[in-house]
Amino acid sequence: MRYAMAMDTRKCVGCADCVVACQTENDVPLGYCRDWIVESVKGTYPDTVQMHFQSERCMHCENTPCVRTCPTGASHVIEGGIVKVTHNECIGCGACIEACPYEARYFHPDGYVDKCTFCDHRVSQGMNTACVDVCPTSCLIFGDLDDPKSPVSVALAENDWYVLAPEAGTNPQLYFLK
Amino acid sequence: MGSPEPADMQNSKCIIFIGNHIGENMHNSFVQEVSTAIDNGASIIVVDPRLSTIAAKATHWLPIKPGTDLALLLAWMHVLIYEDLYDKKYIDKYAFGFEHLKEHVKNYTPEWASGITTIDPALIRKSAYKMAAAAPAAVIHPGRHTTWYGDDTQRERAMAIINALLGAYGRRGGMYMGVRKRLPKYPVPEFPEAEWSWKDITLDKYKNAAVGLTNVLIDASLPSFPKEHQIKGWFIAGTSFINTIPDRKKMFEAMDNQELIVVVDTMPMEMTGWADVVLPECTYLERHDYARAGKNRVAQIALRVPAVEPKYDSKPAWWIAKQLGHKLGLDKYYPWKDLEEVLDWQFRQVGSSLDEMKKLGVKTFDTGESIYLFPDEDFEFNTNTGKIELYSTDFAEKGYDPMPKFTRHEEPQPGFYHLVYGRAPMHTFGRTQNNPYLFDLRETNNVWINPRTAKLWGIENGTEIWLQNQDGVVSKFSAKARLTERIRPDSVYMVHGFGHTDKRLSRAEGRGINDVPLITKVKIDPVMGGTGMRGNFVTFLLEKPETETNKKEVES
Repeated sequence: MRYAMAMDTRKCVGCADCVVACQTENDVPLGYCRDWIVESVKGTYPDTVQMHFQSERCMHCENTPCVRTCPTGASHVIEGGIVKVTHNECIGCGACIEACPYEARYFHPDGYVDKCTFCDHRVSQGMNTACVDVCPTSCLIFGDLDDPKSPVSVALAENDWYVLAPEAGTNPQLYFLK
Repeated sequence: MGSPEPADMQNSKCIIFIGNHIGENMHNSFVQEVSTAIDNGASIIVVDPRLSTIAAKATHWLPIKPGTDLALLLAWMHVLIYEDLYDKKYIDKYAFGFEHLKEHVKNYTPEWASGITTIDPALIRKSAYKMAAAAPAAVIHPGRHTTWYGDDTQRERAMAIINALLGAYGRRGGMYMGVRKRLPKYPVPEFPEAEWSWKDITLDKYKNAAVGLTNVLIDASLPSFPKEHQIKGWFIAGTSFINTIPDRKKMFEAMDNQELIVVVDTMPMEMTGWADVVLPECTYLERHDYARAGKNRVAQIALRVPAVEPKYDSKPAWWIAKQLGHKLGLDKYYPWKDLEEVLDWQFRQVGSSLDEMKKLGVKTFDTGESIYLFPDEDFEFNTNTGKIELYSTDFAEKGYDPMPKFTRHEEPQPGFYHLVYGRAPMHTFGRTQNNPYLFDLRETNNVWINPRTAKLWGIENGTEIWLQNQDGVVSKFSAKARLTERIRPDSVYMVHGFGHTDKRLSRAEGRGINDVPLITKVKIDPVMGGTGMRGNFVTFLLEKPETETNKKEVES
């Protein structure tokens, strides 16, 4: 089992439904988020200007600097490669926040570090993550990479894709279709 | 055309959007269709002064000079006709006035249009070839909020004519012919005939107006309007005039002349401050509404039920109407107990029930009708000639141009820029800025400026600016400049719906610039009377202004 997500930049309109779905599903306090939208603009008006959106979150990397730097073991990896933080073991030192190349972690006002869980509480029940379920353009695709027939495996096989900060050597599991 | 517009986008091979920023207009079913179309490999052509979200996904983006769309559309017609790319068989069978049109667009070459629109003639041709190659699975979406420059009916007609040249009407991937299941109305006694209606004050002037027009109703509300049809009371439901109606001076004069203003709204919007009576309505998640039974690909009826109980002392619109009816002694028109009774009766007439609909949400019906024309099917369109009128006999009779002409619109003075406004996908017009989650996503708007323009002004990314329009009206609040290559150097863009002034909107108040007060010049469409709001220009103020107009604005 290896959970992964693909995000189709050709379809995303940057509506941020994924952000609100996550906030409400996971009781993320207002002013904070576990997923977010990035708008990238390249080129100049009128001939070369281009824009696309990325819906970003924890990449649930295979190689996890956040887990390595955690002094208490609060950051850990569970079944399917999901990276999690045990809140009551976290001392809020912030080492994982510094270690993450994707700025995917934040200080929760209750004193611990928080981040995307790939909605493991839903996924373990056979459901999709909240962000995937609400996306109006169906640009988010979730599944098990070990199953070649899963939607995410099919999407990665059929499309060109890229990952963020490949030079960090983290082997991130959020793939962007282009 | 009704909602949803029957553009068969999910089956289309080429979708054309004219100033239609779908995706930023988060109309859910449309966005889903476009997403499916992208999956199916459709090409997209977008005409917009701004690299909108959908323009960024387009095969061809035509960054047109604002107000010149008709020139481009006429040039596309020219290419399709004079390069023999139109659907001849279809036009012969279903269209009227082709020879007139051919003659009419003879001189509207891409080279001619290029001088007006600033778009490269090669790009005009290339985009026309693209749609022709996809035809008949090609469609220009008619768009929403299309009242721009006062020649809007003619622009929409030009778009429709191109759809006809592509053979799109009644064709898969073009325009489908929607089908519906009619829900009978709950039986109540017939209403007495009104002594006069909007028609009596509208149709003399705007012969093709299909509904009452806000601008006509506002004119009729002024003290100078003939007493016979002067309006002395407003009942406003779910719209905040302060944030939507241009030419505010006139609107305030009309409001001052009212003996009674009643406002129904879910939030303490600015408009409620002007009301003699406010009737607080619960939100759509807290109420039953009348069922939907509009035209669609498949005939269907849809039910909305409350997800949660109404908060505070708010009530559903049907409850408010019923109580008013009883107070006015109109009990016989409200024989039902509640809307659930009405809905159940209606659903039973089509073989369903409220209980069933609560389980289903949406029920579909097979009407046996096709949404596409059969090959060589004889079909009568709803026009005088029964054909698609490239030359409109209706317009000719009424004294309007039977074929669209290009009219030049005013250009900005030096130092001024076209004011282009639009939407952000997370907000619904001006209604949701105070919602905590949506506020968290987008708490204010900013002013998009091309970096080359900004340089002339010494404006940097994030510089606080105020806007002043061509008539000296200054924005009440400021916004930050957003320097971006996504816009023409002669235009500025901002998202509509910000700059709220009501202190009870605890989060949204004072955030961003409201475009509406800056729209002091309106162009009324002579055919259907729509209020064109795009012909306004703004300049930048880098310091907080203390002008007379601004003081007045602050007072209001």
